[in-house]
Amino acid sequence: MQADPGKNYFELFGLPGTYTINRSDLTARYQDLQRHFHPDKFSSSSDQERRLSVQMTALINEAYQALKDPIARGQYILSLAGSNTDTETDTAMEPAFLLEQMELREKLEALNDNPDAQRLTAMAESASEKMEIRVTQLHDLLDGHERNLEQARNVLREMQFIDKLQREIESLEDQLL
Amino acid sequence: MALLQISEPGQSTVPHEHRLAVGIDLGTTNSLVASVRSGLAETLPAAAGRHRLPSVVQYSQQGVVVGIEAAANIHLDPLNTVASVKRLMGRTANDLNRLGEHLPYEFDETHAGVPRIKTVAGDITPVEVSGEILKVLRSRAEETLGGELAGAVITVPAYFDDAQRQATQDAAKLADIKVFRLLNEPTAAALAYGLDKKAEGVFVIYDLGGGTFDVSILKLNRGVFEVMATAGNSALGGDDMDHAVADWIVAQAGLEKLDRKQWRSVLRLARTAKEELTEKDSVPLRLTFGETLVWEGALDLARLNALIEALINKTLLPCKRAIRDAGVSVADIDGVVMVGGSTRVRYVREKVEDYFQQTPLTDIDPDRVVAIGAALQADVLAGNKSDHEMLLLDVNPLSLGLEIMGGMVEKIIPRNSTIPVSRAQEFTTYKNGQTALAVHVLQGERELVQDCRSLARFELKGIPPMAAGAARIRVTFQVDADGLLSVSARETTSGVEAQVEVKPAYGLSENEIEQMLRDSISHASEDVQARALREQQVDGRRLLEAVQSALAADGETLLDKTERAEINTCMQQLKTVHQQSNIDDIKHAIKQLNAATQNFAARRMDAGVRQALAGHAIREFSEKEEG
Repeated sequence: MQADPGKNYFELFGLPGTYTINRSDLTARYQDLQRHFHPDKFSSSSDQERRLSVQMTALINEAYQALKDPIARGQYILSLAGSNTDTETDTAMEPAFLLEQMELREKLEALNDNPDAQRLTAMAESASEKMEIRVTQLHDLLDGHERNLEQARNVLREMQFIDKLQREIESLEDQLL
Repeated sequence: MALLQISEPGQSTVPHEHRLAVGIDLGTTNSLVASVRSGLAETLPAAAGRHRLPSVVQYSQQGVVVGIEAAANIHLDPLNTVASVKRLMGRTANDLNRLGEHLPYEFDETHAGVPRIKTVAGDITPVEVSGEILKVLRSRAEETLGGELAGAVITVPAYFDDAQRQATQDAAKLADIKVFRLLNEPTAAALAYGLDKKAEGVFVIYDLGGGTFDVSILKLNRGVFEVMATAGNSALGGDDMDHAVADWIVAQAGLEKLDRKQWRSVLRLARTAKEELTEKDSVPLRLTFGETLVWEGALDLARLNALIEALINKTLLPCKRAIRDAGVSVADIDGVVMVGGSTRVRYVREKVEDYFQQTPLTDIDPDRVVAIGAALQADVLAGNKSDHEMLLLDVNPLSLGLEIMGGMVEKIIPRNSTIPVSRAQEFTTYKNGQTALAVHVLQGERELVQDCRSLARFELKGIPPMAAGAARIRVTFQVDADGLLSVSARETTSGVEAQVEVKPAYGLSENEIEQMLRDSISHASEDVQARALREQQVDGRRLLEAVQSALAADGETLLDKTERAEINTCMQQLKTVHQQSNIDDIKHAIKQLNAATQNFAARRMDAGVRQALAGHAIREFSEKEEG
């Protein structure tokens, strides 16, 4: 995701730049911003204002997507701190984690030809537990007394792996529908 | 002393005056126009009392006939009578072959892009056919409502892609209709049921038409209507039920090898029986070919249900998928809205009730519900309901992307993103001294270019020669509230820029539309020049009104004396020229006033953030120290 330089999502929503966020408060702010800036509210304004309202709502949507998602929000905070999460080469991942991921992937592949609803549900539940643990870790790493960006970055990379796995589980579940 | 102001129709200057606005359901089989009158949204009938306008257009050397008369001639004059044109909108001749459409018309093969139907009145594009339908609805509305329309909301299926939306917009242009908004049909249906007046909830819109099925999950929260997910099957509908019943009749009658005409008779009998069974429990069947009675029998409800059960079950799959994509469960659903003529079938209602564990809402005529919802939204967008708190947040149905190396598509905006949306991606040059970059815009979910729909190609030229990989080319996609895309590209180190409104590669060009407008019968009598002048005058007046109300709201707080004086001068200038007959003077004055208010408009947006968040605690963003 690429933000326009100089525009900070947290500032736009009137929020401090913490990882901890109250979802319903965020949604309420989002809705009130939309209510104010949506092009529907500018149907009798000048072309100039209409154009600005489209740009503004697009920015509000982009910011909301980034702030509400636990991975995107973490990455955004890191990018504000000048740490790039996209480069995949320079961080070593825990071998244990990688091994576990490989095993899960193999398990999923085995289910590929013959999706089994129960097993898929079990895998999905275990994946979301793993995700929850990391979200809690991120709260500490980003908002706690000892901020640790390097570790946060590793946790985020693991979350990306888990997220990818979750998507693959979902698409197999789709075949069962 | 009060000044008396004489205004032409459609040019009203009084902000609180009711502006005439309509909702239009431009349907495959029938089209409708509706409007809010005395607070009530209703469809508008033609002089003969019919509300539904069959979407059929017949061309002849004498002129164009639209509606029921054209529909009556469809068998007599199949080559010049166009029906179901909605299926052709935004399609290429190739698309039509691929989709396996069996069309009775002859197409002009010389145009690779937009298919042109050969008629006795010349070659006609689908956009023009739709334009004819819209013209009839516009004049019906203007006669009924007694004035010129300020604008319209036109509905489109949620799954319509950019090309199909653009084609619909172009058709409105030909019919001289200002489009306030292209609105997705399921969203319109939800509005018609006044779901926006309920406090909170998750709603399902189940839309089963003649040939398509669509399901949308909408969430209402604090007056914001948000589309959460859509799914569907674009080849499943009431026609399939007719076929199932017809096949059964053929088997019962022991018939073999029917010709087209005979099959048509069986189909007609099947459809009538299906429709009658929405009220009766059994109907007698009499199959005749010409005057000859071929077979007699009966169809009861239980038999019909058995015949169509599999088809209805097929609609439940997309329902499941949509519910899942929306991240909700059946127990979370607060209401189910039925749309489309095929939802009159009793078994459809029963199965839907079973699946969603509640009685679906059916009290608005499923054929009119979309037009009525569109009328309600048109009323809001026309500014007739200034205190309205409701807001619609819709999504783009398909992913948008760019061609990258190796014939692959890189997605820039994923499907189901809330619109308006804007995303940028950076690219670079791959050759030393490369001065141009080709941009190929695509729509679809697949990974290969050949499997997606090509929307547009353009070139960013004049990149200063640099080493490969040194240029920074930022390509920005923007989808507006109508779901229409524009793309721009900018080389950021030099500032070289290229921008396109994405006109589908095979869509109609601005010039072609201009030419069609000139040719079109309704404008033959009107001087093109006079029309252009009137448009500029209206534009000028609109801008004056907009600036006036912006000044009244924020002029004191956001402008200093010099700025205000400059804006006043420009307004005075526009006021002077906008009623005169020099188009260039008006254009120039509009440009000047726009330039003078540019900073003001931007400041109002910034100030708006504070206003919008007035009810929330504002906490300063602070960069946390690294621990």
